[in-house]
Amino acid sequence: MLFWKNGRADTLTIRRAHVVDPTEKIDEILDVTIEDGVITRLGPSDPSRLEHRVVDGTGLVLAPAFVDPHVHLRTPGREDEETIASGTAAAAAGGYCAVLAMPNTDPVVDSAATLGALVETARREAEVQVGFLAAITRGQRGEELTEMAELADAGAVAFSDDGVPVASAGLLRRALQYASITGRLLALHCEEPTLSRGGHVHEGRVAAELGFAGYPSLAESVCVGRDLAIAAYENQPVHILHLSAKESVELLYRARAAGLRASAEVTPHHLCLTDEAVRSLDPNVKMNPPLRAERDRAALVEALRDGTIEAIATDHAPHAAHEKEVPFEDAPFGVTGLETAFAALYTHLVRPGLLSLATLLERMSAGPARIFGIERPRVAVGARANLVLLDLAREWRVGERPFRSRSRNSWLLGEKLRGAVALTIAGGAVVFE
Amino acid sequence: MTRIRLVQDELRPPGPPSRRHLLSIADLDRDDVERLLGTAQSFAASLERHVKKLPTLKGHLVVNLFYESSTRTSSSFELAAKRLSADTLTVRAAGSSVDKGESLKDTALTLGAYDPDVIVIRHPHVGAPQLVARVTAAHVVNAGDGTHQHPTQALLDLYTLRQELGRLEGLHVAIVGDVLHSRVARSLVEAFRLVGIRCTLVGPPTLLPRELPAETTTDIDAIRDADVVYVLRMQSERMQPGSCYVPSLREYSARWGITPERLRPGQKVMHPGPMNRGVEIDPRVADSADSLVTTEVRSGLVVRMAVLYDVLTGGPVGVRALAAAEVA
Repeated sequence: MLFWKNGRADTLTIRRAHVVDPTEKIDEILDVTIEDGVITRLGPSDPSRLEHRVVDGTGLVLAPAFVDPHVHLRTPGREDEETIASGTAAAAAGGYCAVLAMPNTDPVVDSAATLGALVETARREAEVQVGFLAAITRGQRGEELTEMAELADAGAVAFSDDGVPVASAGLLRRALQYASITGRLLALHCEEPTLSRGGHVHEGRVAAELGFAGYPSLAESVCVGRDLAIAAYENQPVHILHLSAKESVELLYRARAAGLRASAEVTPHHLCLTDEAVRSLDPNVKMNPPLRAERDRAALVEALRDGTIEAIATDHAPHAAHEKEVPFEDAPFGVTGLETAFAALYTHLVRPGLLSLATLLERMSAGPARIFGIERPRVAVGARANLVLLDLAREWRVGERPFRSRSRNSWLLGEKLRGAVALTIAGGAVVFE
Repeated sequence: MTRIRLVQDELRPPGPPSRRHLLSIADLDRDDVERLLGTAQSFAASLERHVKKLPTLKGHLVVNLFYESSTRTSSSFELAAKRLSADTLTVRAAGSSVDKGESLKDTALTLGAYDPDVIVIRHPHVGAPQLVARVTAAHVVNAGDGTHQHPTQALLDLYTLRQELGRLEGLHVAIVGDVLHSRVARSLVEAFRLVGIRCTLVGPPTLLPRELPAETTTDIDAIRDADVVYVLRMQSERMQPGSCYVPSLREYSARWGITPERLRPGQKVMHPGPMNRGVEIDPRVADSADSLVTTEVRSGLVVRMAVLYDVLTGGPVGVRALAAAEVA
């Protein structure tokens, strides 16, 4: 289900790093030895055998590499904004060993032929592993189901119409029933179009003052409620994309408490910003769903902490500069995030004491891997090395070094962040340092 | 069999019990099924003779009222009535006053004025036979009502199974395909339960009603365990446009189509017809020696003779009836 160019298998030892793997319950200074891409030794390294490469991890944190369940690689169709090569290079720079790409490309990934071409490209040029979601409906038009069984056989990791909701409840129900034969998850973009219509900004005081059409949190929560009810009726698992509203969190909490296999993700920007940021009228804070109120942000952080939300997803959405260099209302929705996610969350949530480092690491790695049934990156002897070395002391300014992404529509441009990725090992190979 | 009280029954003095109908398999118990299959077998023997007509129902009128297209069912009911020397009258919705907007009740009352002994009805809506039974004095036989019941199909399939496999109890039949829209499947599930046949429903999750009292699975490999694979037609005409039960007939066929590769050697295959070759059934399977499709059609004639005889006489084919046949 995951594809990449899968070249080298490296041999190296990372010495005296602070190893943190919350799932494996490791939180101590250790040497980690990797031979031919596989972790072979945890603990004091054998100095006599250190003819291979040694990385000094003193003062650094070594953790399972990140998994991003929601990125847009813009391929096929908008290779000027991102390619599989550039998007996965950005992922490597952000500490990720795997990303899941959304199918709202041009053409939409709704046939085995389109998916097959992507898989081939990924095998040629992906720096880290990529999973491709396929569309739920043909052309994401919300009318007819895609050939899900064939798409699953062709390697689809899950199904989503991300970018647009499955507007018809009846069709979503059929999709849930039918997808059950594939064993793949449906990842749902929850938006009631008759409520969000025309909205650019969260419906609240900021939108009112700036004169924007409001996109109420109700537009999300009413759809989350509907979709969870359908999933519960059909007893099928669902994943809710980019949760943004407090009411949605409450619905998810209740559904999970009732035993539904429902998961959700939240983006760094919804965790760090509120609609107050929109006062800048910077198109790089325009995304769907929109930044919401402080009560929503606080609810998202709390849900991330207590595990109601199991995953952090960047919703990395590259856009060409000329498309974002327009008045706010004319700009497309979406911001990049792969290269800044850890630093943004470490700076805005961990350092102020709102979230523990261990929880952040879990929600960026084991959480999303578990939801989508992909191999969990872990620090354990015998495991393929998917690791990230983090320098928590380093300060850097976003944009001071060129992005590896082809686009630079980051909501953090110019901001000073604390915490940087020093080294990424994906699938046993060093892919970034 | 169902005894439906006439609307005017309350006004009548107590008399003979109300009429016998065959509206659903639920009307039957196991003895009824045994009797009907036995009667059918007697008729099958009579059809071996040089003169195939029996005088049994001479002077009776059988009306066939068909609101849906049909080849097998209408022809076999008509021939069944004729083989029993009944008069037949076939009315099809197309070309009748139904085209002019006549309601089912009024059509039934009109035909009822001829005092038919039996009305055989096929209709696209559930419950049509029950209405006809309420408003006429005829014995009513359901030849298929919407997605509800097709009891004579289930009986002829039991007859076919017994003829071909020598027994009913303990057999395992996998019913594959569009169960949701299938009146045949609903009748079969009840009929199989009545006679002790194990039944597994196989198909896309969107076309398998979870609430039927049968094992269900979406895994086509489950058919390997079955003695017989019973293939259902994809009933596109009963699917609302855009209802998306399956992404495409192509994917349906790839996942659930019955191909020689999916069958064990010697595994029998049945299909109520009409077949969509290349969709639910591979032409090689349809034409193979293990296909019982034409046997089912042949069984249809004698089973429908038995049903007509049974609703009218209420008993097994007696010595007298067969003696009368000898004379004829």
